[in-house]
Amino acid sequence: MTTSTPTAASSSTASRWERFRDSYLLYSFKRDPIAQVSLAVFILLVAMALLAPWLAPMNPYDLAQIDILASELPPFWVDGSDPAYLMGTDAQGRDLLSTILYGLRVSLIIGFGAVAMQATLGVCFGLLAGYLGGRVDAFLMRMADIQLSFSTLMVAIVVGALFKAIFGGATFSTYAVPLLVLIIGLAEWPQYARTVRASVLAEKGKEYVDAARVMGLSSRRIMFRHILPNTLSPIFVISTVQVANAIISEAALSFLGLGMPETQPSLGSLIKSGFDYIQSGSWWITLIPGLVLVVLVLVINLLGDWLRDVLNPRLYKG
Amino acid sequence: MTTASLSTPGASTAASTASRDVGATAPQTAEPLLSIRGLEKRFSLSGDFLEQLKFKGGKLVREQKHVHAINGVDLDIQRGEALCVVGESGCGKSTVARTVMGLITPSAGEIRYDGERIDDRSTKELLPFRRRMQMIFQNPYASLNPRMTIQQTLEEPIRLHHPDWSPAKVKDKVAEVMNAVGIAPDWGARYGHEFSGGQRQRIAIARALAVDPEFIVADEPISALDVSIQAQVLNLLMEAQQQRNLTYLFITHDLAVVEHFGTRVAVMYLGRVCEVAPTATLFATPRHPYTQALMSAIPRLEDDRPQHIRLQGEVPTPVNLPSGCVFHGRCPHANARCREEVPALIATDQGGQVACHGVEEGRL
Repeated sequence: MTTSTPTAASSSTASRWERFRDSYLLYSFKRDPIAQVSLAVFILLVAMALLAPWLAPMNPYDLAQIDILASELPPFWVDGSDPAYLMGTDAQGRDLLSTILYGLRVSLIIGFGAVAMQATLGVCFGLLAGYLGGRVDAFLMRMADIQLSFSTLMVAIVVGALFKAIFGGATFSTYAVPLLVLIIGLAEWPQYARTVRASVLAEKGKEYVDAARVMGLSSRRIMFRHILPNTLSPIFVISTVQVANAIISEAALSFLGLGMPETQPSLGSLIKSGFDYIQSGSWWITLIPGLVLVVLVLVINLLGDWLRDVLNPRLYKG
Repeated sequence: MTTASLSTPGASTAASTASRDVGATAPQTAEPLLSIRGLEKRFSLSGDFLEQLKFKGGKLVREQKHVHAINGVDLDIQRGEALCVVGESGCGKSTVARTVMGLITPSAGEIRYDGERIDDRSTKELLPFRRRMQMIFQNPYASLNPRMTIQQTLEEPIRLHHPDWSPAKVKDKVAEVMNAVGIAPDWGARYGHEFSGGQRQRIAIARALAVDPEFIVADEPISALDVSIQAQVLNLLMEAQQQRNLTYLFITHDLAVVEHFGTRVAVMYLGRVCEVAPTATLFATPRHPYTQALMSAIPRLEDDRPQHIRLQGEVPTPVNLPSGCVFHGRCPHANARCREEVPALIATDQGGQVACHGVEEGRL
């Protein structure tokens, strides 16, 4: 017991990469074709969104490039299409492909931004409620209960409408992205807080937390350095689902006219703007961005499902 | 409860009669390192305020139920000794340990460490004491943070208590304590789950030793280990005591361990101390009827016709404590006084203390 064997020494120096290479995460990923396809599609979509300024044939934000005469052109496989516009154009004459790429970018930024916001709020509140307990716990969790008793979309609509009423439509359009991040972030933090609190309660009773207290560490350090790393897997799992939810919430808000303005469309507002023309036969303006949205949300959810099964087979099944 | 003075007679007899005379270093009149007076801890069973409200006879009343985990414990621990606390499950011995370490706030009573009161201090005010008193836990599988390497686990207390030390000095200290517990320092990059139970408990001991404490509370540190490993860890603890001049509060329910390890023994029953005595004295001549029954229950090789003292009934629930002596319901010698009056610890002529009216009256 007192001397280390050569194998022990070599494995103790294993790098992070080597540990990842031997991990169950990678093993199960290699055996799950759905996860592989989902990840590939997801990475493709993210890459396309990030590279939009270089990939897109035109810049939909640049009014000089928009030709109103070229409006409502169908995609290339339909008669009467213009080969310059691969996926056709929308009612304002913007190239649909370019607009979708830029819109995807907006949707993803809002999705991840909102989840980062939810996670920060939810993790802090969940840690405080779970670790301190008592009145703090009662107060924070009742707040969460109250908020959960409203539909998240309703909260978002109310907050969004308030912002619009207070700051006016023009200001709202200018700061639409950060405002939507804030609105969706505020609307969904209880999901995180509850999950984190539940894991904190389970971890708090373990002796390593007592050991840290006996050592004299501050509550903050115990919460963030000792308990939080041990609650990461459920946080990770709900994060994937929440990204998909946030993207959908944003699309729904945009569809209701409380989201991104027409001038910088997200997938949701693109669907909405096309909806007005669907009766006149211009189905592509709604359908193509709609399909992209469905595929994006689907692959994120599929990845989340896989991650849930790998990281936490007991806690989340059923 | 009146406090009996426990400090003096025990230590000197302990030194002369115990198998290891570590207690000899503690002068007879010295102030105890740790003294516990009238310690009580109740845990509420009735939930929060709204759940406590009940309708009774048409009226809204607030009803509270408590588990009386410890009720009036008096103990003194002398420098250099290993005081073992024994008792059956649920008698409050772990609660005593956790209260001493400040993990639980007592409901009443006081705890003094080296003369200074520690039970009413905040986390920050306790910090200087944390360096001097450390704890070893029962379950080595839960007491190491699964997301931290051994090196990180051991460095953390050192960095906290010696913020001015250089990284090299911290590393040296970690290597020193790892060597002291028989874990090779180059295993530091590994995680807790890569070790066996015995090794983990050694690491937990190393973590306690890392800040050079003088007092260690060990809450059943070997009961989760294999029998073959128990002796190793116990010897490690005894070695550390000799080399570092440690004082132990050792919680256990294993009487064989007590005989091997303890300088003095405190026997607890239903949240009270019923007898404190030097180990050899307690094992040779137990005075309290409960201790006598406990000792008679130890299986012995030479016993082919064991004479166990059979206690009637069960341990009463700590929710509704019996009046008077907590043991009276099962005690064969109980009389009217035992049912009404709570016995205080009184010094015996053999250097121990016992809380029993029968012993006081000379009936036993």
